[in-house]
Amino acid sequence: MERKILRIRVNNEDHELYIKPKTLLVEVLRDHLGLTGTKRACSTSACGACTVILNGMAVKSCSILAVQADGAEVLTVEGLANGANLDPLQRSFLDHGAYQCGFCTSGMLMSAKALLGEKARPTREEIRQGIHGNLCRCTGYNSIVRAIAAVTDGRYGEERK
Amino acid sequence: MNYTVLNTPLHNIDGVAKVTGRAQYTFDVELPNMLHAKILRSPYAHANILHIDTSRAEALTGVKAVLTGKDTLGIKQGIWRRYKELCDEEILTRAKVRYIGEPVAVVAAVSEDAAEEALDLIDVEYEPLPAVFDPMEAMKQGAPQIHEGVERNINVTRHIEWGDVDEAFAKADYVREDWFRCSSQAHVCMETHCAVASYTPDGKLTVYTSTQSPYYIQVLLAWTLGLRENDVRVISKYTGGGFGSKFELDSAQFCSALLSMRLCRPVKLVLTREEEFIATKRRTPMVYYVKTGVRKDGTFLAKEARVFTEGGAYTSMGATALYLTGFFQTFPYKWPNYRYDGYRVYTNTSPTSAMRGFGAPQATFVGESQIDLIAADLGLDPIEIRRRNAMTPNYEVPGQATIQSCGLLECLDRIEGWVKSRGELPPNRGIGIACYGFMSGGIFNWFDSPYAFSSALVKVNIDGKVDLFVGAQDMGQGSNTTLAMICAEELGVRLEDIRVHSGDTDVCPPDLGAWGSRQTLMAGNATKMAAAEAKRQILEFAAAKMGPNVVYDLDIKDRWIHLVARPERGLSYFDVVREAIRGKEGQAIIGRGHYTPHRKGMISPAYSFGVQAVEAEVDPDTGKIRLINAVTAHDCGQPINPLGLTGQLEGAIAMAAGYGFTEDLPMDEGKILNPNLVDYKLIRACDMPETEVFEVETHEPEGPFGAKEAGEGLTNPTAGALANAIFHATGVSVKELPITSEKIFYALKEKESHDR
Repeated sequence: MERKILRIRVNNEDHELYIKPKTLLVEVLRDHLGLTGTKRACSTSACGACTVILNGMAVKSCSILAVQADGAEVLTVEGLANGANLDPLQRSFLDHGAYQCGFCTSGMLMSAKALLGEKARPTREEIRQGIHGNLCRCTGYNSIVRAIAAVTDGRYGEERK
Repeated sequence: MNYTVLNTPLHNIDGVAKVTGRAQYTFDVELPNMLHAKILRSPYAHANILHIDTSRAEALTGVKAVLTGKDTLGIKQGIWRRYKELCDEEILTRAKVRYIGEPVAVVAAVSEDAAEEALDLIDVEYEPLPAVFDPMEAMKQGAPQIHEGVERNINVTRHIEWGDVDEAFAKADYVREDWFRCSSQAHVCMETHCAVASYTPDGKLTVYTSTQSPYYIQVLLAWTLGLRENDVRVISKYTGGGFGSKFELDSAQFCSALLSMRLCRPVKLVLTREEEFIATKRRTPMVYYVKTGVRKDGTFLAKEARVFTEGGAYTSMGATALYLTGFFQTFPYKWPNYRYDGYRVYTNTSPTSAMRGFGAPQATFVGESQIDLIAADLGLDPIEIRRRNAMTPNYEVPGQATIQSCGLLECLDRIEGWVKSRGELPPNRGIGIACYGFMSGGIFNWFDSPYAFSSALVKVNIDGKVDLFVGAQDMGQGSNTTLAMICAEELGVRLEDIRVHSGDTDVCPPDLGAWGSRQTLMAGNATKMAAAEAKRQILEFAAAKMGPNVVYDLDIKDRWIHLVARPERGLSYFDVVREAIRGKEGQAIIGRGHYTPHRKGMISPAYSFGVQAVEAEVDPDTGKIRLINAVTAHDCGQPINPLGLTGQLEGAIAMAAGYGFTEDLPMDEGKILNPNLVDYKLIRACDMPETEVFEVETHEPEGPFGAKEAGEGLTNPTAGALANAIFHATGVSVKELPITSEKIFYALKEKESHDR
């Protein structure tokens, strides 16, 4: 089968890959780059487990061809922390118990990260809207909303290194 | 009690792995030289398999093997292992299919794409048979027979009775009869069922899988594949949700193992979301008849319940759901007289089984709806009628169970206070309440495990770090953290001193796993016992070293070994452990613990209780429901992990509200019409109400540190409370789940024409 060259920057690292044109972005991340933090749970862009940030926007990587991301910059859950310094969202998720089985957590964090990129002080309602595309079967969302709100309220700002 | 670890808001021990994407689920497992597998599934609800030709599929490039039922040992398996007649399912069927989606053949190939392509090249000749989908139809004489020799398709029956029901009805001031229908529900674990099996030429099989019970899967695989139990290793480090769907042997596990044994290569099989909907088990739908007799002051005199469950094609855990719905139909009230008859009926639909609540959410919806109808008929207050009949500590359910701790009355008081604080509600709003209780692990041993129900091993190392080995399984509910907290508290160290080993049958002691809310109490007791044994060894050494007056007791708290009466006098835990290990010829300090319930009745050693209030708004023009508040007063004994507890509570509300009004599995001739996450409506972030919880602390004598069940039972009250909220908001009672906008709309129309 025909192959295409994909140049993509993921978590501040440049990659050049030869891929089948039908390869999905989530497949490039998981299968080619080994970034298995990004999950897949429906393949119909209904659950949000595969959410990553593409050029600043939250996207569902199961519903995007990798070639559509040619030349783009992608942030995945593996790129959130800086070494041992966790992102404020990650710390807040820990403090608020905003995960259980953890399978939706990566996507949830990336939707939250994108939301915060767009809006520094979203309302509670906007936070709910921001993660409305992400399904979680364990938590009932409220702990996740509290975790995100704690970050937007500035409770994790001063500790940032 | 003053605890140093329990009931403090600590991070889950697997939290960092989960928020950084490092947690490796079965879905993420890749082994060298691995193949991918896909399952061919039946398009018929009921058919004989006449012939399968796999030659075209085998010839496809990249295909390594195509196997059918003929390549299996043909063992009819089931999780009710003790009862041969209830072991009725061949995972890869040989002769007959009984539901749409049943596995017929399986392919291993170098890629998922090749395996998928091969499925189209398998030629199956079926002889379609008449099928039946509704339990009431399936029980009729002359209905299609789904299993040979099973008359009228009745798979299991259950009878529970105490008191004199007929006499009590004759004496009752008021008797009410109702029929209800409880729907099915899909578990929708975010990680679908999946397995990576690797069989090696030395006769050993390793299976990575997403499961709630590695021990069950080990035993069931060994049985169906003809292997020795301990030649099968099941590894499940992280499980992406379970909710009752992942403790029976499933098609991903069995088929990947079968292929790997044939090929001696690792084989990965991940179910698609569609397969997950159509061909994994689901909540048991029930047709429910209840007749209740009361005094005019609301005192409960007698109840009679009859249940017909849509069993689907196989027994699975449905037999347990049938018993539990009958038992929990009486909960949490004192019924002097009760009679229950349950019938589980085979149908040509996907098997129905365990799902969080396990028959109790159905029972609670039915029972709590009817109580509000009776209260309305008699002009009684819904809280008052419940208070009058509520279970209290040390109550005995005749012949079934003894309740020890029970904080139900206090829960009712707290909820009454909250309801009053809401004052006058705006129009079209209502508050409904529901009481519930649940078990803390089951007593029954239909699996016929020869082992203790839970076991634990605690090993204290030279640096004071503690290894805790448990067969209990963490599927996201946080049991590893809960057990680590129990271990740390008992041993007198900190949570960060504990390293938990679970999810690996080669390393961990057998344990029945995560279902029926059993782990906090059962694995918790085993862990506490193991930690106490290790602690005893440390304290013996410390006593010898400190030489206190022989009447003084020693204890360890927060890494400080001290005289209980003189806490300032003591030694560092680390120093004592170091020297103790040297003193024991260099052996680590090891404690063993186990737990099996004895003389605790028929059901469970302990019961949780609670009351939930749901405030909902109904749009009178469209019937659309909006959840405003869900407030719960909750008695789980001694809370252990408060963050986890809140998470369980809120998560249960989301799942149970979904059961109440959004989730449904409509079928046409046995075909599920919405097998995807677009058309199957889960509660999402914007749908969630505000949630509040009042913890009512009791001390459960049977539980570790007084703890009992705290997660599954919370799924019980929400649908019933919601139904009652809608009843109080609109005056219409919908007796069929889910309570969709459509049903409310038509019920309102009917009421309008009736009132006119």
